[in-house]
Amino acid sequence: MSEWRPSASIEHLQQRAGLLAQARAFFAQRQVVEVQTPVLASHSVTEPDVQSVQVPGYGYLQTSPEYHIKRLLAAGMPSCYQLGPAFRHGEQGRLHNPEFTMLEWYRLGFDHHQLMHEVADLVDLMLGPKPYQRLSYADLVGDAKERPRGALDLAFAEACEGLTPGRFFITDYPADQAALARINPDGQTAARFELVIDGVEIANGYWELQDPEEHRQRFATDAEVRQQRDLPRMKVDEAFLAALTHGMPACAGVAVGFDRLVMLAVGASDLSQVLAFRGA
Amino acid sequence: MATYSTNEFRSGMKVMLDGDPCNILENEFVKPGKGQAFNRVKMRNLMNGRVWERTFKSGESIEAADVIDLDMEYLYTDGEFWHFMKTDDSYEQVAAGASAVADCQNWLKEQDIYQVTLWNNDPIAVTPPNFVELEVTDTDPGLKGDTANGGTKPATLSTGATIKGVPLFINIGDVLKVDTRTGEYVSRAKT
Repeated sequence: MSEWRPSASIEHLQQRAGLLAQARAFFAQRQVVEVQTPVLASHSVTEPDVQSVQVPGYGYLQTSPEYHIKRLLAAGMPSCYQLGPAFRHGEQGRLHNPEFTMLEWYRLGFDHHQLMHEVADLVDLMLGPKPYQRLSYADLVGDAKERPRGALDLAFAEACEGLTPGRFFITDYPADQAALARINPDGQTAARFELVIDGVEIANGYWELQDPEEHRQRFATDAEVRQQRDLPRMKVDEAFLAALTHGMPACAGVAVGFDRLVMLAVGASDLSQVLAFRGA
Repeated sequence: MATYSTNEFRSGMKVMLDGDPCNILENEFVKPGKGQAFNRVKMRNLMNGRVWERTFKSGESIEAADVIDLDMEYLYTDGEFWHFMKTDDSYEQVAAGASAVADCQNWLKEQDIYQVTLWNNDPIAVTPPNFVELEVTDTDPGLKGDTANGGTKPATLSTGATIKGVPLFINIGDVLKVDTRTGEYVSRAKT
């Protein structure tokens, strides 16, 4: 007989519902607006290490609502959040699922330091309060210069797994791992942070880059790397760049892996324990 | 020869690593959100039983190993090789050396069925069933009421293996059920 039962227990799914409501109440209280942007769209992210699920005839399932939310911000939307599904091709494991729930939000006028405080407030609400430690990328893996990216990524992933127990904000990523964060005044590091809780990567945030020309350059670099690695070519999202050219207000933004947070909140160790159906 | 990509790796899959056949035990997907993806794989080297942990870039491929597990009947030993026969009525035989038979020697009884692992048709391992029944060839006569050793004694079995924890009432000629995973006495076999 086919396996029809949920992968998570009903009790965990009820706890999950409570956490969703708690997150929404947190933002309502802070006047951060809930938005819903397309999950299926014509363009998707250019980053070489994030693969989109292609839907023939339509485009891509979105790996994050980032481009759409930034277009909303450029059009005058105040600070806002989206809590909904995101998709990443080929990611499957204890802490990964091709479909997952992402909580992503943007704060006008914040820098990444202010946003880290807000992330900590939300986590304290959902998991209970605990202290946070700050570490730099270099604290975890040493000097990144001249080291191949693959070896660095593995060293970083393993160092993060070792950050347990406890809550750690990691800052000062190498400039070439800025993604869409601003470069710090030192020219070497990016205004990017991640949160690792008990060895699990939970959040990734930026003090957002605004300059459309620098975006275009970073997309071109992504395209080169994609070509070298024989990865699918991703067209540049001109609507996103047009919005930035119009002008996106200064802001900081962060994406939280909501399922992982639920996992920690209920004391689970595998996403299967908090997803209604896995691989169904 | 076929190859497997890291995202096809499943436990129980047999692959070649550094020239030895290995059995995959675990495959963990590791990926920083903005970084490259890896697979951290635990596998048992089938030649020496050691567990290896290796990290592959996701999408990397490695060669499949031509390894199969067959149920075979144990026939006899000539002192150098242990001879097994297929159970598919082909009467085909294989000769396993001491390194393949290893600890299973303790549990081999003629005409019983064992799992023989073949790599490129050569036997590389012999695995006994979880429980075997073997005759006691030597043990001290147990005196009733003697509890100095917690009420148990050692016994030597027909294979030459000695097991501990045998109750005092067991005599030479009794057939015992033994757990091959722990090497411990389970019960007296019903005859």
